[in-house]
Amino acid sequence: MLMEHGLRDDRLAQGLGFTQFLTPDGGLAKQLDGRMDDSLLLDMYRNMVIARQFDRKAVNLQRQGRLGTYAPFEGQEAAQIGSALAIAKDDWMFPTYRDHAATITRGQSMTTVLLYWAGRLEGGAGTKSLRILPPSVPIATHLLHAVGMAWATKLRKENVVTVGYFGDGASSEGDFHEALNFAGVYHLPIIFICQNNGYAISVPFSKQSASKTISQRASAYDIEGERVDGNDVLAVFDAVSRARERARAGGGPTLIEAVTFRYGAHTTADDPKRYRDQELATDWRAHRDPITRLKRFLEERQLWTEDFEADVMADATARIEQALDEFARYDAPNPLDMFEHVYAEMPWHLKEQAAELERAMEKDGMQP
Amino acid sequence: MSRNLNILQAISEAMDQKMEQDGRVVLLGEDIGTNGGVFRATDGLLEKFGEDRVFDTPLAESGIVGSAIGLALGGMIPVAEIQFLAFMYPALEQVLSHAARMRFRTRGEYSLPMVIRTPYGAGIRGPELHGESVEAFFVHTPGLKVVVPSTPYDAKGLLVSAIEDPDPVIFLEPTRTYRAFREEVPEALYRVPIGKAKVVQEGRDVSIFAWGSMLQLAISTARQLQVERGYSCEIVDLRSLAPLDRDTIVASVQKTGRALIVQEAHKTAGMASELISLLNDEALVYLKAPIKRVSGFDVPVPFFSVEDDFMPTQARVKQGIVDTMLF
Ligand SMILES: Cc1ncc(C[n+]2csc(CCOP(=O)(O)OP(=O)(O)O)c2C)c(N)n1
Repeated sequence: MLMEHGLRDDRLAQGLGFTQFLTPDGGLAKQLDGRMDDSLLLDMYRNMVIARQFDRKAVNLQRQGRLGTYAPFEGQEAAQIGSALAIAKDDWMFPTYRDHAATITRGQSMTTVLLYWAGRLEGGAGTKSLRILPPSVPIATHLLHAVGMAWATKLRKENVVTVGYFGDGASSEGDFHEALNFAGVYHLPIIFICQNNGYAISVPFSKQSASKTISQRASAYDIEGERVDGNDVLAVFDAVSRARERARAGGGPTLIEAVTFRYGAHTTADDPKRYRDQELATDWRAHRDPITRLKRFLEERQLWTEDFEADVMADATARIEQALDEFARYDAPNPLDMFEHVYAEMPWHLKEQAAELERAMEKDGMQP
Repeated sequence: MSRNLNILQAISEAMDQKMEQDGRVVLLGEDIGTNGGVFRATDGLLEKFGEDRVFDTPLAESGIVGSAIGLALGGMIPVAEIQFLAFMYPALEQVLSHAARMRFRTRGEYSLPMVIRTPYGAGIRGPELHGESVEAFFVHTPGLKVVVPSTPYDAKGLLVSAIEDPDPVIFLEPTRTYRAFREEVPEALYRVPIGKAKVVQEGRDVSIFAWGSMLQLAISTARQLQVERGYSCEIVDLRSLAPLDRDTIVASVQKTGRALIVQEAHKTAGMASELISLLNDEALVYLKAPIKRVSGFDVPVPFFSVEDDFMPTQARVKQGIVDTMLF
C-alpha cells in the first residue's frame, strides 16, 4: 500500500526530486523569495478555501440531481491555484474537466462551471475574454491545442505563455508525447502542468507507466522538467513562476509534475472503494492537506486569525450563493439552441431539422 | 491571364497566393517544406515564405491536426497536409472531437478557420492504406465541411474558399487526377463557392452524380453511351460533400427522372446512400427507375494487383446507366 502511489514517503519523494517550500506541518523547507509576500499568501489561502467550498457544493448539487456527473478536485487545490496565481491575465489556460479551482481563481464564473456540469450548452462559453479554453474531456488532446496556441503567440510575437493542465493518466496518451515533442522542436512558450494524483480512474501510476516520475519525461524531449510537492501551494507557484519567466525570455517549454492526491471519487459516477484503499485518502487529508498546511504556516506568521477565516468563509458562501442564484435563474434550456454554432452559418439541412424539432415541440408535432 | 495547369499546380498556386495575401496563413505537415510534399503540392513555398510560414513537422498526425487547432485558436490560419488520407486515422480524435466541435462547444466564441488537405483515393498503385476514400467519416461529422475538387480550375478556387472559410474544411484531393490532365486556370486569385455542385454536362435521360476521380470516369462513360445508344446523360460534379448542394441535385433528377451515383468509396453507408435518401425525400415522384449506385466494394481497399477491380470501372458504370435506362 505504501508505494502504490509512490508518494507517501517523503524520503522517496525527495529522492525523486520533489521540491518543497512548506513542509506538511507548515514549516519552511526553503526561504521564500520576494514575490511571495503576505498578500499573496493570504490570496492563496482564500482561493483554496473558496474552491474547496465550491467543490463540496458541486458534489452536493450532483447528489440532489441538480448537476449531472461532476469531477471533484478536493485535495488538489494547491496544484491548481498555485499555478493559476503564477500566470498573468494575458496568458492562455487549457484546463481539463477537473481544473475548476484553477479556472475560478483566474476569474471564471462559478455559474459557468455549474452550467457545464448541468449539461447546459452555455457551460462551454464565456471564457474567451479570460483566455481560458473550455474543459477538455478527451484525455491529453488539448495539450496539442495548447501547443498550437503557444506556437501562434510565438509567431505573432506576443510575449505570453500558455499553460496546459493534465493528469498522470494523460501522460500515457500519444498526444501528450506529441505535444511535448512539438513544444521542444519549436521551442514554445508553454508550461505543461501535470497533477499527478496517483490514479487515472482506477489505475495507479505504478501500472500506468514504468517511469518513476512524469517530470523525467522532459529529458526525452530536451525540455525543462521539474517535480514539485503539489500540495505545497508555494512550491507550485514558484515552479510555475520560474517556468513562466523562462518561457517569456525565450527559454522554451517546461513540464511540471505536481505530486498531489484527490480525496474523493474520480467522478460522482465512480466508487473509489473498488480500487483504492480509503485510508490513503484519510492519511493524505490528515497529514498533507494543502489548506491545513498553509494555514499552519500563516498562523506561525501571525497572518491567520479567526476573523480572517470568518471573512474567507463568508466570501466563499456569498460567491457560491450568488452563482447558485444565477444558475437557478437560467431559463429552461431551449432545445433549438443545439442547431446554433455548428457552423458559422447554418446550412439548409440544419435549418430544416431545427424546424422539424420545433414542430415536434408544439403539441404532438403532427401537421395536418 | 490564364495558364494550362494540372490540379497539383492549381492547388499549389492557391496556397501561394493566399499566403502572399494573408500573413496568418501557415502551412504544416510532414515533408512539406524542403521536400515540397510527397506530391510536390507545396513545392517552393518554403523558399518563398520561410521557416516561419512553412513547417516540416515531426511525424505525428495528431500533433499536426491538434496543433493546427491551437494555431487557429491563436489567430493563425493553418493549412495542414496529411500525407495520405488513411494517415488521418491517428488524428481522427483531433478532427472529430475537437476541430468539428470547437465552435459548438464554445457557443461560437471560438471558430477554427483551418484546412486539412490530403490526397485520397485509389488508382495510383500505392502501398496499403494509400488509396482510401473514407470521405463519409467526415461528412457524417457535424461541424466539418468536406470539399473534393475534380478539376484544376475548381481545385484552385475551392482551396481559396476553404482557406477563407471560418469553419474547418477537410479538403480531399483525388490523387489519381493530380497530374492526369490540365485546364485553363486564371492567374488571378478567385473563388469557387463551397456548397455548390456543378452541372458539368447537361442531359435529358439520366443524372450521373460523381466527385473526385470518378468525375472523369462518368464523363468518358457518358460519352460512349451517347455514341453507342444515344443516351443523353447529365453529369453533376458534387464538389462539396458537406454541405451538399441539394437544389442542384434535386433539380437535375426532377428533369431527367433517373439517377446513378458513382463513388469510389465502399458501398455501405457511403455518400451514395445519403444521396439516395435525399432523392427519396425530395424527388420520389419524379423517378422513372430506382436510383442506382456504382461503388467500391465493401472490402478493405485491396493491394494494387487488384486495385482496378475494386474501383468502379467503365463497364460497371455503363451497366449501371443501362440498367436504370431499361428498368
Ligand atoms: C481519450 C480518452 N480516453 C478515455 C477517457 C475516459 N477517462 C476519463 S478520465 C480518465 C482518467 C484520467 O486520468 P488522469 O489523466 O490521471 O486524470 P485525473 O482525472 O486523475 O486527474 C479516463 C480513462 C477519456 N475521457 N478520454
